[in-house]
Amino acid sequence: MVKDLSFTISKLNAWYGDKRVLKDINIEIKTNSVTALIGPSGCGKSTFLRCLNRMNDLIASFRLEGSIMHEDMDIYSSGADPIEIRRRIGMVFQRPNPFPKSIYNNIAYGLRIFGVKDRSTLDSAVEESLKKAALWDEVKDNLNQNAQTLSGGQQQRLCIARAIAVNPEVILFDEPCSALDPVATAKIEDLITEIKEDYTVVIVTHNMQQAARVSEYTGFFMLGELVEFDDTQKIFTAPANELTEKYITGRFG
Amino acid sequence: MRAALILRNKRRDRIFKVVALLSAILGLVFLATLVIDLLYDGLGRINWSFLTSFPSRRPERAGILSAIVGTLYIMGLTALFGFPLGVGAGIYLEEYSRRKNWLTRLIEINIANLAGVPSIIYGLLGLGVFVRALNLERSLISGALTLALLVLPIIIIASREALKAIPFTIREASYALGATKWQTIFYQVLPAALPGILTGVILALSRAIGETAPLITIGALTYIAFLPESIFDPFTVLPIQVFNWVSRPQQAFAVNAAAAIIVLLAITLILNSVAIYLRYRFQRRLKW
Repeated sequence: MVKDLSFTISKLNAWYGDKRVLKDINIEIKTNSVTALIGPSGCGKSTFLRCLNRMNDLIASFRLEGSIMHEDMDIYSSGADPIEIRRRIGMVFQRPNPFPKSIYNNIAYGLRIFGVKDRSTLDSAVEESLKKAALWDEVKDNLNQNAQTLSGGQQQRLCIARAIAVNPEVILFDEPCSALDPVATAKIEDLITEIKEDYTVVIVTHNMQQAARVSEYTGFFMLGELVEFDDTQKIFTAPANELTEKYITGRFG
Repeated sequence: MRAALILRNKRRDRIFKVVALLSAILGLVFLATLVIDLLYDGLGRINWSFLTSFPSRRPERAGILSAIVGTLYIMGLTALFGFPLGVGAGIYLEEYSRRKNWLTRLIEINIANLAGVPSIIYGLLGLGVFVRALNLERSLISGALTLALLVLPIIIIASREALKAIPFTIREASYALGATKWQTIFYQVLPAALPGILTGVILALSRAIGETAPLITIGALTYIAFLPESIFDPFTVLPIQVFNWVSRPQQAFAVNAAAAIIVLLAITLILNSVAIYLRYRFQRRLKW
């Protein structure tokens, strides 16, 4: 059964050491939609994104209060397993970060660590993921080539394919195009619009046009607070909050 | 005034450059003198029978077979013991103990100190622990364990540096797919760091290969006229054979010693070339 809500977040507060970086965030993220998070640098939007699959666990000084529910799973409850969470909630990072291995092994890795050994299963998963990430035609003859020889845009699509391969429910994008040129950016954006049929997408971006182009819902963060959260169209045409309006019209940020 | 100052600074610059160049050349000159002198004395002595004969009282019949075989055994065993221990310790310190606690600090201080302990102390340790307490006798395994301890700090430090050079983004990518820490280290971080680690291990081995004092301390023999049949047999190595020969009065043994040193240097050079090759490959791959 597909639930209507993918994430229900209430009273989320977070700290790095003594510094409070997220303040009383309440937000609901809909299944099979694209939600964009915008805001000036250091506003907490990336931190927020990394709470959703517990990537912040890797930072020693990080501390969190409040609740994040993904469907029926309480992500920060003591019984929750970060391994299972990250399996269900994949992530694509700011800079393309393929493993220094072949294209094939980059994608097969996520399946192998969960015990898939059968060659034909791996083969078809690799092909299917690369097709979904619109990279198959460019690399199908060179699957054994080192992934780091690909161009930046191809590497980022490979990273998307790698995330897709383990069949998650959600894919988080942390400024996926900030290191890419406009052509590569357009391809990634097309891809995001396509994959929302199968996945819930949350994307952090610095680029407001990008948020307007790809998302259905937009949240505006500032100084650790969620200033406004609404339909993307509403945020960009008739924002309720003055700060939001100032930011999207480029008067600060 | 100002022009004079600039002129003086420029002159100092030139003087410093010359001094630095001279220091670099001086080291090379000494090394070259040593090598040329060795080659002059010993090269003529190296032939097949020198390489395949056992030591003898008569210098013209003496050879270094047992010393070469002993050296190769010791190198192999030292790597066998030192590699997993050193890399394991490096992984713990670099990957598992990121939050500094008293245990990590204690280990780090100890490793730094161990790297500075004179090698003969390791010999005494080996004599006390491996030869006597563990009753391993004056055998290959005692020698290799002693040398493994000696090079352990070098391997640990090299492993840590190699692991540190792997960018965090690779670890992130692995965790984000649901990999455990162990999987991330074993399948992603370690393979990427391996060339750097191997470079360190080989450099450590090329230090161990020339060590004489600890092996003499644990009682490695100087006259071995047989090949070891197991790792519990007595042994000798090239530096000990050299030490033995140079301490004899006959000129012919000094020639033998020179020849044996050339062989030892050749083995060290080969090891170092492998290390340089690996480092070259490593750097080429390091494009993240």
